[in-house]
Amino acid sequence: MHRVDLFPTHEYEGLKLRPGRPYPFGAMVLGNMVNFSVYSRYATDCTLVLFHNREEKPFVEIPFFKEFRMGNVFSMIIFDLDYENIEYGFRMDGPFQPEEGHRFDKSKILLDPYAKLIVGRDVWGKEPNWDSLYQYRARVVFSDFDWEDDLPLETPVNDLIVYEMHVRNFTCGAASGVKHQGTFAGVIEKIPYLKELGVNCVELMPIHEFDEFENHRISPVDGRPLYNLWGYSNVGFFAPKAAYASSGRFAMQVDELKNMVKQLHKNGIEVMLDVVFNHTAEGNEQGPYISYRGIDNKTYYMLTPDGYYYNFSGCGNTLNCNNPNVRDMIVESLRYWVTDYHIDGFRFDLAAILGRDQNGNPMSNPPLLESLAHDPILGKTKLIAEAWDAGGLYQVGSFPSWGRWAEWNGKFRDSMRRFLKSDEGVLADVKERIIGSPDLYASQGRGIKASVNFITAHDGFTMMDLVSYNSKHNEANGEDNRDGENHNNSWNCGWEGETDDPDINSLRHRQVKNAITMLMVSQGIPMVLSGDEIGNSQQGNNNAYCQDNEIAWLDWNNLEKNADIFRYFKQIIHFRRQHKVLRYDEHLCHQDYLGLGYPDFSWHGVRAWQPESGYNNLTVAFMLNGQYAATDGVPDDFIYVAMNMHWEMHGFELPQLPEGMAWHVFANTGMPSPDDIFEPGEEPLTENQHEVLLGPRSIMILVGKKVKK
Amino acid sequence: MNRETYQLGKELDSFNHQQVQDDILAILEKGSNVLIDMTACHYISSIGLRVLLYSKKVAATKGLKVYLTGIGSEVKDIMDVTGFSGFFDYA
Repeated sequence: MHRVDLFPTHEYEGLKLRPGRPYPFGAMVLGNMVNFSVYSRYATDCTLVLFHNREEKPFVEIPFFKEFRMGNVFSMIIFDLDYENIEYGFRMDGPFQPEEGHRFDKSKILLDPYAKLIVGRDVWGKEPNWDSLYQYRARVVFSDFDWEDDLPLETPVNDLIVYEMHVRNFTCGAASGVKHQGTFAGVIEKIPYLKELGVNCVELMPIHEFDEFENHRISPVDGRPLYNLWGYSNVGFFAPKAAYASSGRFAMQVDELKNMVKQLHKNGIEVMLDVVFNHTAEGNEQGPYISYRGIDNKTYYMLTPDGYYYNFSGCGNTLNCNNPNVRDMIVESLRYWVTDYHIDGFRFDLAAILGRDQNGNPMSNPPLLESLAHDPILGKTKLIAEAWDAGGLYQVGSFPSWGRWAEWNGKFRDSMRRFLKSDEGVLADVKERIIGSPDLYASQGRGIKASVNFITAHDGFTMMDLVSYNSKHNEANGEDNRDGENHNNSWNCGWEGETDDPDINSLRHRQVKNAITMLMVSQGIPMVLSGDEIGNSQQGNNNAYCQDNEIAWLDWNNLEKNADIFRYFKQIIHFRRQHKVLRYDEHLCHQDYLGLGYPDFSWHGVRAWQPESGYNNLTVAFMLNGQYAATDGVPDDFIYVAMNMHWEMHGFELPQLPEGMAWHVFANTGMPSPDDIFEPGEEPLTENQHEVLLGPRSIMILVGKKVKK
Repeated sequence: MNRETYQLGKELDSFNHQQVQDDILAILEKGSNVLIDMTACHYISSIGLRVLLYSKKVAATKGLKVYLTGIGSEVKDIMDVTGFSGFFDYA
């Protein structure tokens, strides 16, 4: 049986055409045809512009005839197009009335908002032709890939150990030892390293196409070129960053990224994307025409009543997320990344913006967030909000969730940093963070799994810098050190920056180990910043968004130099993965509700069972009862953690264990390596079963289990 | 083993993919395994990779195999980073 509607009805300059299918938007291969479809509510006319690959001038411009329009959609089918060798764009005609929100300009050639493959910035840092009429060029993708049996892994969210990674920074350093530095292929080469470290999810900083040349300039301080390295500025929501693919020069980034996801999945590692749906790379009124502002400005952007761009993102414009059509685009983009790339989850940059209405006001039940929470294809996809925006909306603990959304817990970062530097006023808050922030997430029934805990992330100091600098040092960014966070809750351990002082360096290593310990023994989803496990420094730069050089690149020489830190990270990550009692998804009861003789969780002080006993709010201890966290009927161990953030040594009285069990020491950050941490499961017996002495600014983890005979 | 060699030209891309595909399928149609000699090939496009993989999958339905040989380093690199190299047998 053959379809009867697959014959050309029109011809234009030798090309055979027929009216297209309005939906789905974008370009799609259908046998020997390619369907092009673009939506614009306010455009009066549209032309499809076709180029041969990389040619400056188009070879044909095809008007969308009247019969190629349905509603507000322009669509056409072209027959027998050599689609691997064409690039396409649109010219849109319509009013240019900025005060009314319209900025149509038919002299511009515009990128398809649904472009799946974008060329033009294919090799990182290669200067483009700035005179080119069409800079970011859409190509047609034949969207097949042999996934074999791969699917998103659907790892239970409470079992995740997230590793926040920048694809380029991860392997660009000379000592990375990979062949394909700074690319998706380079990440594949590092999979054995990630497995050794023990993380089971990589969260990639933006990998949607962006322009590294956006705001490109020379640093007035050191004369080095500054790029848009981080990529929080989308050119396209459906296309991968070409220059992150070693095969980008051949426009094979789609296959290379899919292969990376497939290989990570094969090794049990999920892939989460940091997605930036709050603004685009088109900037404010002075910004360039790339796509949206020329396709349908009033649809895509939040505009003031007199047509200016709202700037809740701090980046010049704000995507009009709760316009129904923009909402559809966002949902479609996420569905596409899940279905076509098998992505496991998303972290939404400045997600509070996604809950603002078209006039910028926060909504109580934002339809976009509700749609995403209930979307069938995203049904098991992790959704994580950065629950604030640059317009002052701060929703940590109150982000509209429908039981589906987790949050970057900024309060965890702030409290733990203050405790780490021995701030005496923060213990009560720290205790909430350790038990999964019930003050933030219990009342809505969201559970521990709503809390993504972190102490460091791409924004701000690395962990080593957090213990090496009191203040940011962002001069190299060329903004007179005005950019970047001023409130870092950091402490330099006695000297600002690098030092040869062995005591200070020893203390810094201990503080790094303290920090990762706080993260790994707290309930919630821990997120580690890539490079912290080898003591990576950015020389005090807490906003390295533009430093495409050794400031932001991981220095893999640190793997050897800070071998004790890597070893500590590795062991404690594996420890967390071995102990279910550290990974609850619902909040704890603090009661012996099963009559096992011990509560599921208990606070202690320097005296057992007396949480109020301690010093200056700088000591705390807690015990987790593994009987409440059995796997297939086999109970987990007891785990006892004592934290001494005081600058003096303290003794901690230990709670007594059930008959036949004894305390074993897994970690003591106060000890020099290798006695700071042991192989999980191979912990030596604690000498004194009644009390442990804990050195200044140190954390100890004990495991209560049966004594090996 | 019944195996016929197919010599690939300098490039495999959208300009010649249909011809190459037809030629390889014709060999498989005869019930013969195929050895694709890629010694001369220095560029393979996205469509080209799919010609090879499609051939392998058609071969599998007939109980036949597609072998690759003579792959240059640049082509091999592209096949590696896109994951295609893992699908083939090599001779």
